[in-house]
Amino acid sequence: MPEEQSVMRSIPEGGHVNIVACVKQVPDTEAQIKVKPDGSGIDESGIKWVMNPYDEFGVEEALKYKEKFGGDVTIVSFGPGRAMESIRTALAMGADKGIHIDDPAYDGADAYATASVLAAAIKGIPYDVIFCGQRAIDDDSGQVAAILAELLDIPQLTVVTKAESDGKTVKVVRPVEGASFVIEAALPAVITAQKGLNEPRYASLPGIMKAKKKPVDVKKVADLGVALESKAKVVKMVPPPARPPGKIISGDEPAAKAAELAKLLREEAKVI
Amino acid sequence: MAKGVFIVAEQRDGAFRKISYELASTARKLADELGDEVGAILLGSGVEGIAGELGKYGVDKVFVVDDAAMEPYTTDAFAAAVAKIVKENDPAILLFGATAQGKDLSARLAGKLATGLATDCTELKIADGKMVAVRPMYAGKCFGEVVTSSFPQMASIRPNVFPAVENAKAGAVTKVDAGVDPAQLKTKVVEVQKDTSGKIDLTEANIIVSGGRGMGGPEGYAILEELANILGATVGASRAAVDSGWRPQTDQVGQTGKVVSPNLYVACGISGAIQHLAGMSSSKYIVAVNKDPEAPIFSKADYGLVDDLYKIVPELAKECKKLLG
Repeated sequence: MPEEQSVMRSIPEGGHVNIVACVKQVPDTEAQIKVKPDGSGIDESGIKWVMNPYDEFGVEEALKYKEKFGGDVTIVSFGPGRAMESIRTALAMGADKGIHIDDPAYDGADAYATASVLAAAIKGIPYDVIFCGQRAIDDDSGQVAAILAELLDIPQLTVVTKAESDGKTVKVVRPVEGASFVIEAALPAVITAQKGLNEPRYASLPGIMKAKKKPVDVKKVADLGVALESKAKVVKMVPPPARPPGKIISGDEPAAKAAELAKLLREEAKVI
Repeated sequence: MAKGVFIVAEQRDGAFRKISYELASTARKLADELGDEVGAILLGSGVEGIAGELGKYGVDKVFVVDDAAMEPYTTDAFAAAVAKIVKENDPAILLFGATAQGKDLSARLAGKLATGLATDCTELKIADGKMVAVRPMYAGKCFGEVVTSSFPQMASIRPNVFPAVENAKAGAVTKVDAGVDPAQLKTKVVEVQKDTSGKIDLTEANIIVSGGRGMGGPEGYAILEELANILGATVGASRAAVDSGWRPQTDQVGQTGKVVSPNLYVACGISGAIQHLAGMSSSKYIVAVNKDPEAPIFSKADYGLVDDLYKIVPELAKECKKLLG
């Protein structure tokens, strides 16, 4: 249910905008994912962890807003100790400070619980615009940002490839199947980034050095005064179903091979 | 006590999208197992006339909000209307399409109704009276079974995966006033830019013809377009092709693009990086055309051709044209 609206809403004169970007650390896209034998989760050994690629677009957009309007960028992450690496990456890109909710409760927290934690953390700071990735590429759930917007009682603009703002309102482009919606909303709002929104910058060496000194507030869930209530539970994980072995169509003549393939698709697979 | 399996049907310009029939049939199956009814929620402007059509696919009751405030789709108008109908009817299960609209709406409702949601599911079943939602995670590198402890138990289903089955039921229509004041809406759709190409979105396509780095450049896609035209397919691309600027981002298949489940996926000049395989390996049939016999794509392919795609694809187009008249 929407809770009481934050008092820190209005954008101060002079264009200072309070920008928040939420980040999650996830396995790299090239990671092999192995399910533990008991199905309780994935085997994390040997995994290279990176900032969720969609969150990178969110951080980049946050930095663009800062450059345009002035103000500062706060990175918020709910995750285990290693999530600090992704916060530092965002700080090295140019964000100003971080909030890391480092709590074992992260394990097993569903989208609702995660959004509740982020909402509680964000309610404690001024915010005019909140950027998130359109989904995290680990659980692929794509819900946290919308639930966060609901808990803060502000609009959501999801999966956008453009987000123009004058500092008080925002106009986004949201591609849907066969069309693009151009949508306007007053800030504050939650905006979720789709690939194509921008080209994330790399952290510079001085940026990386500076990031080490930027403040990150490390908290526990209990510090935020929020009760963690997971509504959905992954009861079991399984590897994908194995595909039957395929057939290599051999021969010397491309035309004969193509004819054989067309015939198989028509008569055996019955898909054309 | 929560009872009934509800769906949020999806229409565009006054016609149901295919996902609505897939939702209705899926809900019917679950409801039959539970001994429950199927309810559908239909939102739009000027849509009352089509509501009864859902009966054909197993819907007992249709709740219609026919209101100018429901066109075009906005998160707040739809979420308010669905929340009202859910509160009045207390369904045990509420299903959405995992479409652009369904994903946006269902996630907001997970917050508004404070309940669990399993997104982009590929299988739904009942165990001990509860819904078990099976969904790909890590773009399909593994699957998770999700159970929700709160009501309604919500899930969105991936287009093209669940069959639409005719099964005539009453489809009795009830009009509902959602009480949504357009002036109170926080977002405003100022423009809808329609894609006039007539191209079916990758997530809904029955056949996808996809090209990767092996295309060598943007020009090569002309032969894929030609094959796609003959097959009624949509052209996709690998991340390498998109990042090289050969194809638009909307064409990308893979873990950071679209995760697809067509009947047929034809991979041309795609080596099969793990993030790409994740995004397309739930396709029913996979064809791989690649010069490199060691390319990982062959491990997923039902039919593999080790050859130059520039020789194979035009021949394949010719053959398909012959077969399909």
